[in-house]
Amino acid sequence: MTPFKKLTSSAVPLPIEDVDTDQIIPARFLKAITREGFGENLFRDWRYNKDGSPKADFVLNNPTYQGQILVAGANFGCGSSREHAAWAIGDYGFRVVVSSYFADIFRGNALNNGILPLVVTPAVLNEIFETIERDPAARFTVDLEAEEFTNEATGTVTSFEIDPYKKTCLINGYDDIDYLLSQREKIDAFEAARVDFSLA
Amino acid sequence: MPKTLFDKVWDAHVVTEVPGGNQVLYIDRHLIHEVTSPQAFNGLRKRNIPLLRKDRIVATADHNVPTKDQDKPIQDPLGRKQVAMLTQNCAEYGVELYGLGHPYQGIVHVIGPELGITRPGITMVCGDSHTSTHGAFGAVAFGIGTSQVEQVMATQCLLLTKPKTMRINVDGDLQAGVTAKDIILYVISILGTGGGTGYFVEYAGSAIRALSMEGRMTICNMSIEMGARGGLIAPDQTTFDYMKDREFAPKGEKWDEAVAYWKTLPTEEGATFDSEYHFKAEEITPMVTYGTNPGMGMGVGESIPEHSSLHGDAGLAKAMKYMGLQKGIKLEGMPIDYVFIGSCTNSRIEDLRAVAKLVDGKRIAASVTGIVVPGSQQVTKQAKLEGLDVVLRNAGFEFRDAGCSACLGMNEDKVPAGKYCVSTSNRNFEGRQGPGARTILASPLTAAAAALTGRVTDVRELV
Repeated sequence: MTPFKKLTSSAVPLPIEDVDTDQIIPARFLKAITREGFGENLFRDWRYNKDGSPKADFVLNNPTYQGQILVAGANFGCGSSREHAAWAIGDYGFRVVVSSYFADIFRGNALNNGILPLVVTPAVLNEIFETIERDPAARFTVDLEAEEFTNEATGTVTSFEIDPYKKTCLINGYDDIDYLLSQREKIDAFEAARVDFSLA
Repeated sequence: MPKTLFDKVWDAHVVTEVPGGNQVLYIDRHLIHEVTSPQAFNGLRKRNIPLLRKDRIVATADHNVPTKDQDKPIQDPLGRKQVAMLTQNCAEYGVELYGLGHPYQGIVHVIGPELGITRPGITMVCGDSHTSTHGAFGAVAFGIGTSQVEQVMATQCLLLTKPKTMRINVDGDLQAGVTAKDIILYVISILGTGGGTGYFVEYAGSAIRALSMEGRMTICNMSIEMGARGGLIAPDQTTFDYMKDREFAPKGEKWDEAVAYWKTLPTEEGATFDSEYHFKAEEITPMVTYGTNPGMGMGVGESIPEHSSLHGDAGLAKAMKYMGLQKGIKLEGMPIDYVFIGSCTNSRIEDLRAVAKLVDGKRIAASVTGIVVPGSQQVTKQAKLEGLDVVLRNAGFEFRDAGCSACLGMNEDKVPAGKYCVSTSNRNFEGRQGPGARTILASPLTAAAAALTGRVTDVRELV
């Protein structure tokens, strides 16, 4: 996992609520056996026509909007548990997704892949969309260490919360396996001590 | 302090607390399939970590298996490779695989319960959001991402924040023709697709108690569609009767010991939940969805709302454009093109029996393509034993082989662009059943009624 500390970038707006994982990466692209290469099919059916030509009205096809931050409507990532959705977002080049709330499994998948799901209030989210509408090149700074999100155009600084353990993982590029492996003795002790009704 | 079912099961599996509020949760059962496991096996290999407890994993191929000619090689090269990869990984790591051709093969959430692998009081995960299905037995069961699949393979544990608890009470009697599927579509239409985010939901009340295990599985299956981490229902005599003598269920003394333990699990009187809702069963009618998420549902006789506080007017307008529908209209009476009966929500033997009973001796409309896809080889076998396949074929349905099929169209079973499909599956997302496909979610009874008339129909007129 690539460490994440601080990022300043313009942002890509996707002001749609309930963006589900089938839109982020449709099921027919889940046949790969590696984690790479999903970026080209990110938002496939919103992004391309049937003949493979780009849809002019979709934001990823508009060169005006660029950057490593995706800003989306509420309940981003609902639906399937497919981690391919997080892989596609990361592979495309986003490091941060900002929304007013994320579906649980997606949030976890993003964190496990070095992508920061950054939760702001609906009011702040609106302000971000308005800022980008006024100036598509407007820049934003995400400071994970300080837990601060700065709208560089307006100077508004918003603090955000993140699980302290997940924060450490993101900053250092660790994942949960390293931690869980370090708990092996406790896991063995747990198994030895219990009455197990899960196996015949 | 009185404890909830969820707290009892969760707390009994906490290996250790992590400073900062996370917990290491022990996982009893891990189900895997071909789509979300290859990268996890690769991860183990890359790090040179062994699989910790192979006896706790069961594998099957379901998402992209064909539903025709299953004895022949899979035609799609990518799908064939993915299934071959699963076979190879399971052989290398010593994991039990119910692959294509095996009598236990089927949708992962159908085979767990029917084989007696799913049990009350256990923790269960799978790289698939509908793992919530298994909560019907009083298990803490939830979907995980591939990185977590790898974590469970390596350590049999997950690092998690304990979810909040919600109780949804449904009391009273259901009208004839109204089923478990209608209950859950009704609940999601009121709470919305994000209404359960951050929660584990316990379903309670007399209408839930009165459901069969298969109905309970349908309810828990769709918990994820309101954003909940999972759903669960307290085990009771219905649970034990369903489980008794299943292939891998405990036998003899072990069964008695297990039942004695399972009886200690239900939520105690006075236990509190972080959130609670009450619904009346009598008020629920057969449900259909009109939009592009499972929360966009309504009673079959109602009109599509003009405004949506739950999804936002922009979201509603976007959904109407995709669905080719208008706000304010009724769906009842509208012609449809496809009927899909299947998926981990409604492909069990009870669902097939209900459909067969309704269409027995009748013909589905000539304008409708009707496909019935059993959830597992066992369901297929049972359906054939009961002659349901003959009834369904005589009525004009195609009776296919087991798999996930047109629920998500990873195999050939897709609904063409622009066509309307009444589906017993769980998601009506844009493109879910194929690019441009328009899905109307409904119960098996409502789907069967639509097949017969060729239109969206109130099944209460036919039962």
